[in-house]
Amino acid sequence: MALFEPDRSQYPDKNPDGTCDIDLTSGKYLKVWQGPNHPGITGNMSVELTVCGDEVVEGITHVGYLHRGFEKLMERRSFIQCFPIVCRICVPEPDFNEYLYAATVEELAGIKVPERAEWIRTLILEMGRINSYLMYLGGQAGAFGLGIVGQWTTYVRDLMLDRFEELTGARIYHMFILPGGVRDGLPEGFKERLEETLQEVERTLKDVHEVMFQNAVFKKRTIGVGYIDPALFEPFGVTGPNARAGGVAKDVRKDQPYLVYDQLEFEPVTDTASDMFARSDVRRRDLLLSVDLVRQILRKMPDEGPIMTKLPNVLHWKIPRGETYLRGECSRGEYGYYLVTDGSGKPRRVNVRGPSYTHAMALLERLIVNVNISDVAGLMVSLHTYPPEIER
Amino acid sequence: MQNLFNRLKAHFPLGEITEQRENLAFITVERAQLRALLLHMRDIEGYTHLVLLTAVDWIEDGQLQLTYLLNNRAEARDVGLRVLLGRDGTVMDSIHDIWPTAETYQRELREMFGIDFPGSPRVNDDFALEGWVDIPPYRRDFDTLAFSEKNFTHRDGRETRDPRQHMKQKLYPDGGA
Amino acid sequence: MKDETNNDANTKVPMRDELKKRVIKGPDGFEFEVDPLRDYYCEEAPKEHPPIYVKIVEDFFNWARSESLWILGFGTGCGAIEMRPLMTPRFDAYRYGIQWRPTPRQANLLIISGYLSVKTLKRAIRAYEQMQSPKYVMGLGSCTINGGMYFDSYNTIKRLDEYMPVDLYIAGCMPRPEALLKGFEDLKKIIRSGKAEGANHYAEHFERYKENQKKVILDWDMPDYNW
Repeated sequence: MALFEPDRSQYPDKNPDGTCDIDLTSGKYLKVWQGPNHPGITGNMSVELTVCGDEVVEGITHVGYLHRGFEKLMERRSFIQCFPIVCRICVPEPDFNEYLYAATVEELAGIKVPERAEWIRTLILEMGRINSYLMYLGGQAGAFGLGIVGQWTTYVRDLMLDRFEELTGARIYHMFILPGGVRDGLPEGFKERLEETLQEVERTLKDVHEVMFQNAVFKKRTIGVGYIDPALFEPFGVTGPNARAGGVAKDVRKDQPYLVYDQLEFEPVTDTASDMFARSDVRRRDLLLSVDLVRQILRKMPDEGPIMTKLPNVLHWKIPRGETYLRGECSRGEYGYYLVTDGSGKPRRVNVRGPSYTHAMALLERLIVNVNISDVAGLMVSLHTYPPEIER
Repeated sequence: MQNLFNRLKAHFPLGEITEQRENLAFITVERAQLRALLLHMRDIEGYTHLVLLTAVDWIEDGQLQLTYLLNNRAEARDVGLRVLLGRDGTVMDSIHDIWPTAETYQRELREMFGIDFPGSPRVNDDFALEGWVDIPPYRRDFDTLAFSEKNFTHRDGRETRDPRQHMKQKLYPDGGA
Repeated sequence: MKDETNNDANTKVPMRDELKKRVIKGPDGFEFEVDPLRDYYCEEAPKEHPPIYVKIVEDFFNWARSESLWILGFGTGCGAIEMRPLMTPRFDAYRYGIQWRPTPRQANLLIISGYLSVKTLKRAIRAYEQMQSPKYVMGLGSCTINGGMYFDSYNTIKRLDEYMPVDLYIAGCMPRPEALLKGFEDLKKIIRSGKAEGANHYAEHFERYKENQKKVILDWDMPDYNW
């Protein structure tokens, strides 16, 4: 399906299972380690490439540069002590961790969250999604040398972080969503300022659309490149915009609505050509959809009401034995938390299922074969990988 | 969900069933039944999405529980299959031919819990740790604080802000019960 | 180059096959012996570079170094996300002469942004040693000071100056870009007063730093000093 057809006549034949017999001492292959610091990723993840001429023959992914052992650390902390540490699992979009951890704990403890808190949670999640997509656009353009888009989107992301700082007190790690509700309501005049920032986002996105998506060089380098066959979506666990760009409308907000998504009106954004350009376009349109959702939330949100239920004494909070799994749709795909409790005051096991876990390891190794080496960075970014959630 | 359980019970012996929510249930199965049950769920019942494969260490029962979580997107339901294995020399069949993405989960489980999956591609490669010579770190008998204090030098002057210590001191300043 | 041993645990982590000394047969049948860890690297230890010119010339050099700090663009941890806004027009670090460079050969400031896992520490040491003197290290965030909130993690280091000579710490989790700019100001003051002697300190206490590093990095497959 690629517009660029390589001349395969001088390369060795492939085995029936698709691999090449690579002989590193034959002088024909070169091992290139695209290490933890390269323009293709936001975070540290490396790919060990075996290259024949200009084309990649085999790729092996290496993760673990950001491994802190979160799941082990959380077993040592009580439920309320875990929540400051949980947001650091995914660095650029930390709110999802807080929400899912709080929601799983609430489900096992049998706590019901007041309605206004659910609206504020949805607002924060959608704002986080906008931030994450802005960072993605900067990275995708930067991988192809179009640095100006990164400057624009990082600037607008800063304005959104200002709104976060007004609301929660911190720019990056908010620690705002607790088990039981949220910490505070909206400040005075927040809705107007957020509306101004959203208009700034839309203006910047118009510029980005002209500079990036109508750019002949970007189109030539991304249309037809990095094609994912839709038949691979289920075996490889592809979710989120990667799957939606291939025509499968997988969106957890529609399939299993959580929080207040059943009261908001939207349609999942899809495309059919499952290449890099389609994925970028799906994410751009999803960004505009998120802006629209934030506006809907601000209109429909109740202004009065409690924001936090009364929790038992959190220092001696014991949750009965049980296990549960909750999922949400973050900007990269399906994000899930699997929590097991055993009746003591600490979680027995918390497993974080990040979408990059399935996208960036087995799927990338499958996709990276026969890709030109200059497109590897672009391919890694187009899968929207955040390595901290792979190895936690 | 009850229809699903009845249909499964007709073909396979099932263990304990825990219905957590209306759309989430956990079923304990025997290790020998797992592969056939997974294929049945994927091909016939429509649970095509493998969400996660993880392990829980129940050290007081001497067991490791493996959880295979499957999702049916059309009906918006999840089913988790629990398999209980012993803790010494744990070996489990690999499912990488049913779902190719399982090879990543299996590689992580081998490194973090010490569960071997013979036949899984590159299962002995390091996943996140480099140069690790201790027991698998996610097991319950691995004490991470003791390891960290022994192997890394800490800086002095760190005070604890543990709320329990603080409240104990406030309520019982003379060090009572 | 000895096989690496961990004296504490009395176990060895075996070196990868491609790094061992071995005989290779080339494409045209010619055999040659290769020792990857020795062939391409220099065996010498680093040297100290004390100031040798008169004071006024050294002051001028220090002023020049402080006004053009080029950062190695290696985002080692969480802090990388607050380094990106620094390079945008809002917090503009370019007006101070600070740029991101992709290669250590062109950089003279290494910012360790956040926690360092043992795997990244090995690469950070390699990057630091490949930088040319005079070079400075800045520790960003509280994880470099005393381990931060990962104080009980088995994979992160707790004190950065056990393994690398640090000139300045910036506390916070995450420090704001304004805090970073203030940190750069302080670093410039330190450089201009001639007290930023991290590289010379490293060369002087080279054995101690190496011993600390090898205690934590058990699969050492690099030469002792990566020129």
